[in-house]
Amino acid sequence: MSEQGAAPLRGAVSRSPLASVSGTVELLREYMIVVCVVVLFLVLTFTSDTFLTSTNLLNVLQQVAPVGMVAFALTFLLIVGEFDLSSGALFVLTGVLAAKLQPHFGTWPALALATLAATAGGLINGLLVSYARINSFVCTLATSLMVAGLSNVITKGFLVTVDDQGFFALGTNELFGVKYSIWILIVAAFACGFVLSRTKFGRWLYAVGGNPEAARLSGINTRAMKVAAFTFSGLAAGIGGAIVVSRTATGQAGNGIDVVFGAFAAVVVGGTSVMGGRGAIWRTALGILFLALITNGFNLLQVEPVYQSIIQGAIILTAVAIDSLSRRAT
Amino acid sequence: MSDPGPDRRPRPDPAGTPGPGGSTVVGRAGAACAVRGIDKRYGAAIALQGVSLEFAAGEIHALVGENGAGKSTLGKIIAGAVAPDAGEILVDGEPVSHRSPRDAIRYGIGIIEQEFALAPDLSVLDNVFLGVELGRRGLVDRAQQRERFAELAERVGFRPRPSAVVRTLRTADQQKVEILRQLVRDTRLIVMDEPTAALTRDEADRLLEITRELRDDGVTVIYVSHILGDVLALCDTVTVLKDGRHVKTAPASEETSDSLVTAMLGRSLDVAFPTPVAPPADAPVVLAVRGLSRPPAFQDISFEVRAGEIVGLAGLVGSGRTEIARAIFGADPCEGTIELDGRAVRTRSPRSSIRRGMALLPESRKDQGLVMVRPLNENVTMAHVGTVSRRGVLQRRREQQVVGDTLKSVDARTGSQSLPVSSLSGGNQQKAALAKWLVKTPRLLLADEPTRGIDVGAKRAIYDLIHGLAADGLGVLLISSELGEVLGLAHRVIAVRAGRIVGEYAGDQADEETVMRAVFGSV
Repeated sequence: MSEQGAAPLRGAVSRSPLASVSGTVELLREYMIVVCVVVLFLVLTFTSDTFLTSTNLLNVLQQVAPVGMVAFALTFLLIVGEFDLSSGALFVLTGVLAAKLQPHFGTWPALALATLAATAGGLINGLLVSYARINSFVCTLATSLMVAGLSNVITKGFLVTVDDQGFFALGTNELFGVKYSIWILIVAAFACGFVLSRTKFGRWLYAVGGNPEAARLSGINTRAMKVAAFTFSGLAAGIGGAIVVSRTATGQAGNGIDVVFGAFAAVVVGGTSVMGGRGAIWRTALGILFLALITNGFNLLQVEPVYQSIIQGAIILTAVAIDSLSRRAT
Repeated sequence: MSDPGPDRRPRPDPAGTPGPGGSTVVGRAGAACAVRGIDKRYGAAIALQGVSLEFAAGEIHALVGENGAGKSTLGKIIAGAVAPDAGEILVDGEPVSHRSPRDAIRYGIGIIEQEFALAPDLSVLDNVFLGVELGRRGLVDRAQQRERFAELAERVGFRPRPSAVVRTLRTADQQKVEILRQLVRDTRLIVMDEPTAALTRDEADRLLEITRELRDDGVTVIYVSHILGDVLALCDTVTVLKDGRHVKTAPASEETSDSLVTAMLGRSLDVAFPTPVAPPADAPVVLAVRGLSRPPAFQDISFEVRAGEIVGLAGLVGSGRTEIARAIFGADPCEGTIELDGRAVRTRSPRSSIRRGMALLPESRKDQGLVMVRPLNENVTMAHVGTVSRRGVLQRRREQQVVGDTLKSVDARTGSQSLPVSSLSGGNQQKAALAKWLVKTPRLLLADEPTRGIDVGAKRAIYDLIHGLAADGLGVLLISSELGEVLGLAHRVIAVRAGRIVGEYAGDQADEETVMRAVFGSV
């Protein structure tokens, strides 16, 4: 899953004049997230009795599974130099659709169809950005509004509740004592990491995000790369939405649309560049873990929840500032 | 409102010109300027060496020379856009030290570059007064601005609509806005860098007229151009630069375009070239283009490149040479036919061109050739990832070997393959950019400025590589701003000027003087 291991470290050292400042920034950017997660983990271990228990840790993982899926897909998008605001809306749409379709098609077909709809939404985003050349931020903001509206139309403003107990399987069933959703998250992490670092497709994503013109002149189909990344974003939002709805068995328009902000926070805190061409899945995985540990820590140490968002915002600013400083240094 | 009144701008007037700026035309004097012992290097490349020159007040003084002779650099140094490594600049006899165009404005010096420094979404009026708005306490007095604008427009004899948004104007009119903007700042010396390069002939003639009016109005003009006809028609004095050195300065009336080209000749080359091995006369044609057009960049381009042959495309910056190479590669659309190995190329995209065996080493390795934030190995295999992967999965060991072998074949001295390519020296970056096309041997290499900004040793290595590739049977189209490089490497030279082929010279016909006269249009 790793990007080029310790290499940037040596790169920083070899740049001699004024290297101490840029080198430090570079090092921070590279490994800050690792240090942060480790330190936080140790602090929580020593300050709370309940932190280091399998119940608590599995609970943390289960909670982050949906946002984690969205964050992995967002990593692909940032690497290829784009952004997707609509995954929150697609995430919600999946839940609403699945709940609505379940009585007609049964649990698994309903979940699959709903996820497919979200994937199609991602594909449309990709086509709009690549071929109609709409700025991805604006494009996905617009489609996000449309998809959210669609969810409202489907639910007519009510909760859509599923009575069938079998509907809870995806969200609550366990395999070897670990919930399905956690297994999905772990498999997705390894699969995404593999695709990014070990496949031709992954290479092309980095190239397109790092320098679109050089990528095009190297014969890479830059549009296809973007369409693929957006489609994957739709799929991931669908899987995340499916997990959440099968946990509560309730589809509700407007609930969970902010998942994209948590996902974005995890990606940038992990150290994936918002300017394209740099990043990795292991970074996002650690970013998710870091933010989840903060939330968990606050809960265990009974800190007022209102402070959590202030601290999260400050963390995102710090991460992006370090990214931008290290860009200027190189 | 109608009171022309004293100039209330807080800006100091270092030259001490008396009275309100611009309200009296009579009595203005252009700035006299002198440079002494100016040196400037860009990395390994010497741009200027010990240049000393005098620019008399109120004259139009041309700087001419071949590509890379240092004329634009000198203009930028005078205007504070580039800092010299050594030497001094005097304005009206006083040494000045300006570190930015903003500083230079304080001495009454301004520059109009090829890329205009306008805010495209603001109006003409707002652009002209940008940063020196008239008014009091942060409030802009538009009436006063409009009045002064009308006055200045009158003075130089043109009048763009003040409320027009700059983006909607033609290039020629945007340039006029730039000129007005200089005047409103009481600029007494204007550097114009290739001002007619983007203009039609009519527009260029109009600009020459305006420039004359500026001079008559007391502005000193330093006119950087390679269009010798314009220079001779317009300027009072001409200075020829070569290799960053001063060759001569003379009244324009004593020069002809012939005498100017002669003065530019004999450009020394700092590198020796490998001995050319001519391809056999019956070598197959690799590339044939016929009637290639992409107006206004180039028109009606037809030529052939044989296997083993290096064809040089000589031309001035802006002559269309880079655009021709990009069009052949499929990076830009164009009209006309392209044949590779005798078969017409119909699908025109970089991807299909690469598949057919074309390679483009682009003009700027940083912007077009390499992905600077990615490691060396990824850059080298970027165009041919398929050769180091199986069913879409990378074979990392194989990649490492292929990258290592390819880098060795181009004699690149690099550390770990996983270092970002930005950490390499310019020469090694260029070798990496070339190595990218040698992972799979192409049929045709389009090399655009293959040695720009790299040191002598790396240059020689690139020359040897290009020669070696040709000897192996590749066709090479070589583009370079350095005429000596084209002459030294190519078996055949095609001269382009203003987007058209103006001459073709094989082997011994291709001497410096002939080609230079062709690209400058002084045959």
